[in-house]
Amino acid sequence: MDANLKKQLKVTACKIRMGIIEGVHSAKSGHPGGSLSIADTLTYLYFNKMNVNPENPDDPDRDRFVLSKGHTAPALYSTLAQKGYFSTEELKSLRHIGALLQGHPCIQIPGVDMSSGSLGQGISAACGMALSSKLDAKAGKHEYKVYTVLGDGEIEEGQVWEAAMFASQYKLDNLVAIVDNNGLQIDGKIEDVMSPYPIVDKFKAFGWHVIEMNAHCFDSIEAAFDEADKVTGQPVVIIQKSVKGKGVSFMENNVSWHGAAPNDEQYAQAMSELQTALDELCSDDCCNK
Amino acid sequence: MADVIKKATRESYGEALAELGDKYENLYVLDADLAAATKTGIFKKKFPERFFDCGIAEANMMGVAAGLAATGKIPFASTFAMFASGRAFEIVRNSIGYPHLNVKIGATHAGISVGEDGATHQCNEDIALMRTIPGMTIINPADDVEARAAVEAAILHDGPVYLRFGRLAAPVFNDKETYKFELGKGIELTSGNDITIVATGLMVSEALKAAEALKEDGINARVINIHTIKPIDKEIIVKAAKETGKIVTVEEHSVIGGLGSAVCDVLSESCPAPVKKIGVNDEFGHSGPAVDLLKQFGLCAENIAKTVKDFI
Repeated sequence: MDANLKKQLKVTACKIRMGIIEGVHSAKSGHPGGSLSIADTLTYLYFNKMNVNPENPDDPDRDRFVLSKGHTAPALYSTLAQKGYFSTEELKSLRHIGALLQGHPCIQIPGVDMSSGSLGQGISAACGMALSSKLDAKAGKHEYKVYTVLGDGEIEEGQVWEAAMFASQYKLDNLVAIVDNNGLQIDGKIEDVMSPYPIVDKFKAFGWHVIEMNAHCFDSIEAAFDEADKVTGQPVVIIQKSVKGKGVSFMENNVSWHGAAPNDEQYAQAMSELQTALDELCSDDCCNK
Repeated sequence: MADVIKKATRESYGEALAELGDKYENLYVLDADLAAATKTGIFKKKFPERFFDCGIAEANMMGVAAGLAATGKIPFASTFAMFASGRAFEIVRNSIGYPHLNVKIGATHAGISVGEDGATHQCNEDIALMRTIPGMTIINPADDVEARAAVEAAILHDGPVYLRFGRLAAPVFNDKETYKFELGKGIELTSGNDITIVATGLMVSEALKAAEALKEDGINARVINIHTIKPIDKEIIVKAAKETGKIVTVEEHSVIGGLGSAVCDVLSESCPAPVKKIGVNDEFGHSGPAVDLLKQFGLCAENIAKTVKDFI
């Protein structure tokens, strides 16, 4: 990946992480861990991959995104704010009464393509959108892509596998599912709660093209999405190895940050760490940090 | 009504979809391995490229329908009422109802008249469940003419619609030449002033038969057909309560949460009046021929007439 682009993406991802902390702190509740683990992927999708334009949010030809793991809405909202769908100020009223930004994604929010949050449902809607795109393409229209992000705990839901069969049956090669494999769900390690492993083999058995990716390395992310573009005749799943809480030292790999907000002191520390990372990125010409 | 034509509203559903497929190119049909029973197979035969079998996976089917609607299509998601409203309830609520997507749910085999399959497949709860979802429109057509009109009305309505169809052949009493379907509007079928029978779906023709029998006893019953259970026609119900005093409701559904409850909701707030609910009481059904079951559960003209006489 081009060094300048990589640096830009890292800067954006860092700002998105700051927005996540800002939102969750203001809400005094929410899900920072799984939001931080998908921040780089969302950065890549919205700033270097998807055909989306906040100036024309209802463009029927745009690529679609469904956050199936809807509880990590702070990551999506922060990304959409950075992209310009609404002001970053909105993040400060996340989950507040009367606010635009609901606890889980809501289709009425600019840039949100589907309401989600009840786990296992987003991938089905994404299948419907991908099918819809295929139908449009048959009629000579543009075929758009549909991306959906699921949690590794989320794939314990049976509906996910109903959707997995559907996508394979109808050869939805314009559908890219991303499983955020940070290894933790509310009650603990996924393999201790209800192991979904082996995830790669399961999706292969369901007829999907499986790609493995390092969720915090833009070279790996780029390679994965480039590979996804080349696949025909079957849906694609990217299993991204990620770190829950990535970017905030005391939240990393700590399940207690799945669904808890930082207090004022923790907020200050998290923001300070992210600000330091941002300052370093902006002052340093080396983008391979 | 002895020589009247009979037809199951599920047949009307399948035929209407196939017919309207020409007029509405944006119409797509999903089913969950029940196309032969729900009669969406009729549409599939005519428009194979616009029909998608989702397999025995109703939860995913509702989500797929949501995705199709979110990208501008008009999907009809079809399966038995039990699975559409019961198994897939939370997907209907969260993926269709909450985003208020333009999904039409074609639920067949509703009520106890499913017959021999027994309690697991006799859905007497669907109206109650669907009524709780904000913005959900619920239509329970009474005969072939009304069912066909309801399908087109659902297409023309922007928002989620739950359509309830039956397995059992029902008498066709509406005249297709003159019939007009107005979403949310009840229809006064007979104009008595002694009591009102408010009926829906399969029970409307039974209510009409009961009204005829009651006439012989000197009782003039007003019969109102409520095809749209949500939003319900408050005006026609309040007017009936004011003019006839007592009201009997009849539905092939649990007495908890269905038409009877909806009527009581209206009356308790706007015009308190005595109401007698006829429906499936708080119990499960069981196997048996549909017609025998309907009699056994009191969902027939004889029991409606008897209830009216006892109640008036």
